[in-house]
Amino acid sequence: MSLMALREQLNVLVNSMFLEGLLDQQFRQLQMLQDASSPGFVAEVITLFCEDSERMLTELTKLLDQAVVDYQKVDAYVHQLKGSSSSVGAQNVKLACIQFKQFCEENNKEGCLSALNMVKHQYYSLRSKFDTMLQLEQRIQAYGSEQQN
Amino acid sequence: MAVGGKRRWWWKRRAAVVAGVTIAVSVWLGSHCYFRRENMAKAEEALVSMCEERARMIQDQFAVSVNHVHALAILISTFYYQKQPPALDQETFAYYTAKTAFERPLLNGVAYAERIIHSQREIFETRQGWTIMTMKREPSPMQDEYAPVIYSQETVSYIEAIDMMSGEEDRENILRARATGKAVLTKPFRLLESNHLGVVLTFPVYRSGLPEDATVEQRVEATAGYLGGAFDVESLVENLLRQLAGNQDITINVYDITNASEPLIMYGPQIPEGYMPLSHVSMLDFGDPFRKHQMHCRYREKPPLPLSAITTPFGIFVIIMLGGYIVFAAKNHYDNVKEDCRKMEELKVQAEAADVAKSQFLATVSHEIRTPMNGVLGMLDMLLDTDLNLTQKDYAQTAQVCGKALISLINEVLDRAKIEAGKLEIEAVPFDLRSILDDVISLFSSKSREKGIELAVFVSDKVPEVVTGDPGRFRQIITNLVGNSVKFTERGHIFVQVHLADNSDLGADEKVYSGLNGLSQSEKVQIMSDCTFDTLSGFEAADTRNNWENFKLLLSDEMILPEASTSDKEPDIVTLIVRVEDTGIGIPLCAQDRVFTPFMQADSSTSRNYGGTGIGLSITKCLVELMGGQINFISRPNVGSTFTFTAVFKRCNKDAIADTKRTLSEALPTGFRGMKAFIVDGKPVRNAVTRYHLKRLGIAVEVANTVKMMLNSLTRQNSNFRTGRQPYIILIEKDSWYTGMDVYLHNQLLLLKQNDCVLELPKIILLVTCEYDKMSTGSLVDTVINKPLRASTVAACLQQVLGMEKQQKKELSNGPTNLRNLLAGKNILVIDDNKVNLRVAASALKKYGARVECAESGKDALSLLQLPHKFDACFMDVQMPEMDGFEATRQIRLMESKENEQISIGGASRGEDSMIVEWHLPILAMTADVIQATYEECLKCGMDGYVSKPFEEQQLFQAVAKFLVSKPSSDS
Repeated sequence: MSLMALREQLNVLVNSMFLEGLLDQQFRQLQMLQDASSPGFVAEVITLFCEDSERMLTELTKLLDQAVVDYQKVDAYVHQLKGSSSSVGAQNVKLACIQFKQFCEENNKEGCLSALNMVKHQYYSLRSKFDTMLQLEQRIQAYGSEQQN
Repeated sequence: MAVGGKRRWWWKRRAAVVAGVTIAVSVWLGSHCYFRRENMAKAEEALVSMCEERARMIQDQFAVSVNHVHALAILISTFYYQKQPPALDQETFAYYTAKTAFERPLLNGVAYAERIIHSQREIFETRQGWTIMTMKREPSPMQDEYAPVIYSQETVSYIEAIDMMSGEEDRENILRARATGKAVLTKPFRLLESNHLGVVLTFPVYRSGLPEDATVEQRVEATAGYLGGAFDVESLVENLLRQLAGNQDITINVYDITNASEPLIMYGPQIPEGYMPLSHVSMLDFGDPFRKHQMHCRYREKPPLPLSAITTPFGIFVIIMLGGYIVFAAKNHYDNVKEDCRKMEELKVQAEAADVAKSQFLATVSHEIRTPMNGVLGMLDMLLDTDLNLTQKDYAQTAQVCGKALISLINEVLDRAKIEAGKLEIEAVPFDLRSILDDVISLFSSKSREKGIELAVFVSDKVPEVVTGDPGRFRQIITNLVGNSVKFTERGHIFVQVHLADNSDLGADEKVYSGLNGLSQSEKVQIMSDCTFDTLSGFEAADTRNNWENFKLLLSDEMILPEASTSDKEPDIVTLIVRVEDTGIGIPLCAQDRVFTPFMQADSSTSRNYGGTGIGLSITKCLVELMGGQINFISRPNVGSTFTFTAVFKRCNKDAIADTKRTLSEALPTGFRGMKAFIVDGKPVRNAVTRYHLKRLGIAVEVANTVKMMLNSLTRQNSNFRTGRQPYIILIEKDSWYTGMDVYLHNQLLLLKQNDCVLELPKIILLVTCEYDKMSTGSLVDTVINKPLRASTVAACLQQVLGMEKQQKKELSNGPTNLRNLLAGKNILVIDDNKVNLRVAASALKKYGARVECAESGKDALSLLQLPHKFDACFMDVQMPEMDGFEATRQIRLMESKENEQISIGGASRGEDSMIVEWHLPILAMTADVIQATYEECLKCGMDGYVSKPFEEQQLFQAVAKFLVSKPSSDS
């Protein structure tokens, strides 16, 4: 596949993600930040985000499994998750986090659990897209380096 | 529980009643018994005394009788035995005894029996001429000795010749008497003849020569005879007792108790009668030691109970019962009242709780409504941006307007609820009153222009520039009042004035409220409606205190004492009077007293015509009261309303003023100081307002009523001293303008210039109220300022006209390049615990050429920032675990201030303070929720500003520009 085709594919993917509301303007900002000096910037941020998010989701699951939920801790994690998702531009995840935070403030366990599921759902659907995106990026970069060679 | 309590209470009450009655009854019984016993004791005492009296009497009488018998015995022994022949015979004896019978009241008779030995019987019988008889009237059988009666008193003559020894009682008596030599008594027996109970007294008569201490044998030997007498105890005692008082009440028994086990009755009924329980026994001594006698006295009847023994206890009983009832009733009442009180308390608590709950509910609900409403409004905004056809657009716009109205209503309700719940707190921060007023005015400027209303602000010079208070609430009050005024005013003006409370009173003193709200004025209004008034717009205002006369007074007052007031020791508290005057429809008289009641509008048609809910004024009132002031108003229908309120603020100290001036709002440009301006305006109030705004810009002002006057004065002045001063500005009110004026004025000015009266052509500025006024201005006018006047708009206009546009302006046209310039080469520290955020922020900053270092926690940041360090700025996340942004900032500032102190000390000693750079690292907070509270918190802990996450270029630039541009030398 040609480089152009790959780029085109990537663009289509990103655009579809925008349309679905998975991403927001912030992601565009990220893309703008990526230039020749830092070619893998978006990929790096996304990887960071994924690692971070998965860790936090595991923590949250653990916390909410307990009989007595420490809502402050939960809140701290959710806040972090919200922060990083908004940094990346993961709009749906961010919105789900906001919801989660509200339930958390109300100390509503039921709500928290459902919100956590929602966040997970949003995250994983985003994750799969991100994975595709990262693969595409890698291929593009590989292409670029091949060409250089 | 309540039932149990009630039952317990009931039982208690019952027990109390029973106890009370028991006590009363027992007291009654007790006192009754006491009285009885007392009575008995008294009766007994009486009985004893009566008994003793009787006993003594009987005893005495008896003793008298016995003594007399003794005397008789002596008589007999003297005259019968010691005389030879005896000088005594029966006749003499009878006569003597009869005559002396009164001496022996108890003896019904005495007799003398001679002792006759059997051997002498014959002789004796013959001498006497009769035989000795026994008691039974029979000739006496032969005995050892006899004791025949030889002499007897007439009353007992029937016993003559009877041998006393023949009767058993008498015989014993005789034997005992002669043995003892004393009077002795028989036991009681039925007497002969009378058959009464009686005793016989026997007294021995001895022949002479018997020694005192003779033995029994000697006595017996010497015995000559026996004197005897019968005591008819029964009748005699009867007679005796009859003489004594109280005889009827008591019964008396006299017993012979010589044989103690078998008392013999001497007197009184055989079976003792009368009241048995109470009796008294007195011993009787009749002189016979062998015999013992007793007297028993008792009442014939039970002593009557005195009435008092019944009435007094009964009285006490009644009193106790009454007392008990009173106590009981009082207690009952007390309980009831207490219970009621408790219920009241409960209800009160409930009511208060309900009130609080209501307010909280309102607050919550309002808040909850606000959130989705924001969504609705946002969506509507977005919808309006899309392609819509006209109808759709209209619908959407209507929806948006309604939504906005709803939001503002909710905000008001929320405010009201907050005030009621006591949650609204008044802040105390320094603020610039004038700029707030300008802001409010500008809010309403478009509306006032549309309607063609004059809208103006005037703040007295004496009001301090910066005061400490709650700017938000102050603004809200002013906005509410001005908003109302704008809503209800179709012509004329709206005028906001601020004065110091004390000197504002000067003008108000003479004119009192009387008649201001009255109808009496309404006629006058009609008459005068043609003329113009000395108010801002020439329309009449409701509060005549606001007309030019008073206003002038206030102004002149300010002119006279500007120095005096400032040089004085100023009080800490500044009380301001704010008047908002309009010439609107006014408030109907009937509605004036409920203007401040929530949801009350003048009448229901008001809300149809003008909209609104009527909650605004009530909130305003609450706010004013919270700020320590009062609000009232004067209103005349169809003339207008004037709302006046006072507000108490604190004066700022000078340093604070300087501080806040720097940070507060946009400072007014200072480039106009020393300039001069002419105002052409026929209306004094209005030109005072214009003057006020120009003064704030530092422009000296002269006033002329008409253009002509202005020109004249220009000519005069400049001929006097033609200093090449700043360019003149001429501000002309629209009223003084007419078509063609521009040409005329221009020509005149040119003329002046030619005459060297002015060095430069003055700039001509026209002041207009309405949009359409602009059209009719001539081409020679330099610019037109739209009212309402604001210092900043005036300043902008002047800058434009005078070509003073600052280079600052250019900087505002910033962009990425600018940001790049600003950040290039700067060392920046980014602190965030969230790696993703950190990475994004860092690369965003790097993009602008900054050298970025990262730290993942407040502690890391602190170690990196140990002085001295190389960083030019620091971006700090607010919410971090362990040490959050606020805390980290505080620590950093602490470090810096320590270091700065040391430097300043060291620097001073070295005398090179000019070179010293104070450590102050610009710290910018990064936060996702950009709300006011967070911002204030940021400033409080020493941060310099904040940027929202994720970065927005514009905002980032603004935030960074403040610090990195202002002191570039120190940073690089």
